[in-house]
Amino acid sequence: MSEIIVVTSGKGGVGKTTTSASIGMGLAKAGHKTVIIDFDIGLRNLDLIMNCERRVVFDFVNVIQGDANLSQALIKDKRCSDLYILPASQTKDKNALTKDGVAKILEELASDFEYIVCDSPAGIEQGALMALYFADQAIVVTNPEVSSVRDSDRILGILQSKSRRAELNMEPVREHLLITRYQAERVENGEMLSIDDINDILAIDLLGVIPEDTYVLTSSNEGNPVIMNEISHAGQAYQDAVGRFLGKDIAHRFLDPERKGLIKRMFGG
Amino acid sequence: MSLFGRFKDTKPKSANIAKERLQIIVSHERNRRSAPSYLSALQNDILAVIKKYVDVDADQIHINVSQQNNTSVLEMNVNLPD
Repeated sequence: MSEIIVVTSGKGGVGKTTTSASIGMGLAKAGHKTVIIDFDIGLRNLDLIMNCERRVVFDFVNVIQGDANLSQALIKDKRCSDLYILPASQTKDKNALTKDGVAKILEELASDFEYIVCDSPAGIEQGALMALYFADQAIVVTNPEVSSVRDSDRILGILQSKSRRAELNMEPVREHLLITRYQAERVENGEMLSIDDINDILAIDLLGVIPEDTYVLTSSNEGNPVIMNEISHAGQAYQDAVGRFLGKDIAHRFLDPERKGLIKRMFGG
Repeated sequence: MSLFGRFKDTKPKSANIAKERLQIIVSHERNRRSAPSYLSALQNDILAVIKKYVDVDADQIHINVSQQNNTSVLEMNVNLPD
């Protein structure tokens, strides 16, 4: 039985691709055969984050248009044998994604993969709608910031009205909230929306809280999903989120500011 | 925060302002999303009827549909000119 997971947000730059890469890698490392699909036609980036940009020969649109087989377009991850990437097209226009075309590819992937992670583009146009249409579960990536929370609510509305599950009156898409770029210190100072504030507004299951972490940038520089960095707080928080996704009961971490020692406090740090 | 800062800091925290603004706009947008599709046509018709008797502008009429338990409530607000 294959599960389709969309990683979505509405707003751009909140960490969808970072999340898709880390959640995909985490699921695969836990022994579940996983494929991550980049739905951002024209602006592909998952390949860079996953460090396979030089191995792209065929892409998603090539397969939809029948110019290549799925097996020719899938890129096997070099670090984890259970992980594959299906890159987006860099040249074709976003309307190349048709509902029938996407349905056919997902159906083919479902026979081979346990989890299909759909990395949505920003916005609410064709690419984003196609990424969420077939989803069984949704990970809504949200920054503790007004425009991101508002856009997440908008995306939740679309999941509840325009997804395949909504249109066919099936059990609704299971929604999970993933808060990223969380800064505990600023929350404590009343300068940033807290987890409770966001929960009060969006009111969906909290999958994880990823703290702001300099390792997110260095990981993307190197093409390693940050979840592979075991010393980084963001990596650990993603690992926890994957555990929760797989049904484990794991307490949230990194929600409170780190208490500085006396010396750090005296000299600044 | 310094010792003196504690006393003069009575300004509302920006996170609280953010939360209040979000609660208002999100609930407004949710209402609009869940509004039936005939609502804007209905609003135009009602406006036309009212205009037959009183001279009002379109923005002086607000129509809203909300759910209360098992009933839908159609609420209409018309600001009549003085």
